[in-house]
Amino acid sequence: MLEVRGLEVHYGGIAAVKGIDLQVSKGELVCLIGANGAGKTTTLKAIAALVPRSRGDIRLGGDSTAGLASFELVRRGLALVPEGRGVFGRLTVRENLEMGAYHRSDGEVGQDLEKVFALMPRLHERRNQTGGTLSGGEQQMLAIGRSLMSRPKLLLLDEPSMGLAPLMVQKVFETIQAIARGGVTILLVEQNAKLALELAGRAYVMESGCITLAGDAGALLTDQRVREAYLGE
Amino acid sequence: MSAVDFEILLQQILNGLVLGSVYALVALGYTMVYGVLGLINFAHGEVVMIGALSTLSAARLLQSVLPGLPGPIVLLLSTLAAIPVCMALGYTIERVAYRPLRFAPRLAPLITAIGVSILLQNIAMVVWGRSYHSFPAYVSTEPFQVFGATMTPVQVVIIVVAMAIMAGLMFLVHRTKLGRAMRATAENQSVAGLMGVNINAIISITFVIGSALAAVAGVMVAANYSIAHYYMGFVLGLKAFTAAVLGGIGNLGGAVAGGLLLGLIESLGAGYIGDLTGGFMGSNYQDVFAFFVLIMVLVFRPSGLMGERVAERA
Ligand SMILES: Nc1ncnc2c1ncn2[C@@H]1O[C@H](COP(=O)(O)OP(=O)(O)O)[C@@H](O)[C@H]1O
Ligand SMILES: [Mg+2]
Repeated sequence: MLEVRGLEVHYGGIAAVKGIDLQVSKGELVCLIGANGAGKTTTLKAIAALVPRSRGDIRLGGDSTAGLASFELVRRGLALVPEGRGVFGRLTVRENLEMGAYHRSDGEVGQDLEKVFALMPRLHERRNQTGGTLSGGEQQMLAIGRSLMSRPKLLLLDEPSMGLAPLMVQKVFETIQAIARGGVTILLVEQNAKLALELAGRAYVMESGCITLAGDAGALLTDQRVREAYLGE
Repeated sequence: MSAVDFEILLQQILNGLVLGSVYALVALGYTMVYGVLGLINFAHGEVVMIGALSTLSAARLLQSVLPGLPGPIVLLLSTLAAIPVCMALGYTIERVAYRPLRFAPRLAPLITAIGVSILLQNIAMVVWGRSYHSFPAYVSTEPFQVFGATMTPVQVVIIVVAMAIMAGLMFLVHRTKLGRAMRATAENQSVAGLMGVNINAIISITFVIGSALAAVAGVMVAANYSIAHYYMGFVLGLKAFTAAVLGGIGNLGGAVAGGLLLGLIESLGAGYIGDLTGGFMGSNYQDVFAFFVLIMVLVFRPSGLMGERVAERA
């Protein structure tokens, strides 16, 4: 589904991602963990063409994405829930969700809207409020619900638990699990390594722009290096 | 208040509404572009001027081909011809002058805007000459009485058409998919891109719509004052910019409110300045009010009446 080979990204002269390989197969839930500043967000942004890459090949469903703008990648089944959620604060909840389906012209958008409302009843209650009036947790749910409206094949999630209360984190992770069960391939970036490793099948660990560990999530959860660096033990 | 006083007041209000409708149409162009790009398109006033002058040329051509055509039809058809000219102009200005500077420091597109403005004035001077063109009364300018004040049919048309266009624009922006994408783009370009919105297309559409409104506004000013010339866009553009700032730049409702309010301030100010200064200053000081308003808003409330975020983006 997603294949990243030798990806390098620079901000000005500074390398933020230094030649990483990463791969997510259809139906997998893979997580990418690492400390603040490791280059996780930059990796996702490069996959979604929000930042230009200096080198490397990114394939989506087997096809190279070179030269495609982010709005074109949406049509190929890619969705990114950005760090900080990116909710449109002046659009209503409903309009935010409709924006998720912007590229679609099929007649099933209304149906999908109902599905999202069923999955997230809180959004239904607040459908006519503007996005800016929602709590952080509600905004995160809105951002995830909005990404589903595009009917993604591959969903990239950038720190969905950031800034949320524990109960809300739990809810967000349950939602992610439900989405994965529904057949959407997911690449999850998280700082909350424990939760992410418990949820994911496979995992990558990133440190200052490089992938330093990769493998089965359960195995990494018991790996001594991971336990020391990311699980606070 | 005596009957005469009331009639004078009503007269100033009517004049103010006519002026204000035009300012509002032009201010919408400034505010829409600011909304999506955070840029003051100072060349916008020149698009208004090109709209007026190309309408005049189209009308002359039309009348030489079909001399018997009724005035209002001539004006309607030639305005419809000038609108696409201005749309193409707006599109080209963005593509050629602003897009290459999308990620440049703020000062660069601002200087470019002034450059484009001067360039367009000079082009217009070459094409239409330096002289004032009288703009024929295609729609009657024969005054009639309303409660003791006088109005002309062309003024009625200006108000009605401006209101209809503004209502149409509000519908587009708040009730259609395109409008939703425009608002999303104004709020967060990269996230709008993630939703599948082609940002460059939205920016182009914004310029094109703003320029169409400018074309209509240009015809309105020319028809109202019966005059058009290559320099007419400059002061008008500055005033409409003032109206946009007064309403809160980036805010569509604010542009409409700011335009109408500025029109009223100018008209009432010009009407009463003589009384207020004991005859020392007359109505020829009309233009002073707009700039006085601009300075006051910038000093005391830079976010305008309905704006929120000038500080973070200007
Ligand atoms: N827009 C930017 N301009 C310059 N440097 C940046 C920018 N965004 C991120 N960086 C730098 O790139 C590195 C990786 O950042 P990021 O991808 O955000 O890491 P993470 O998401 O893992 O916390 C950091 O050193 C950060 O300071
Ligand atoms: Mg990050």
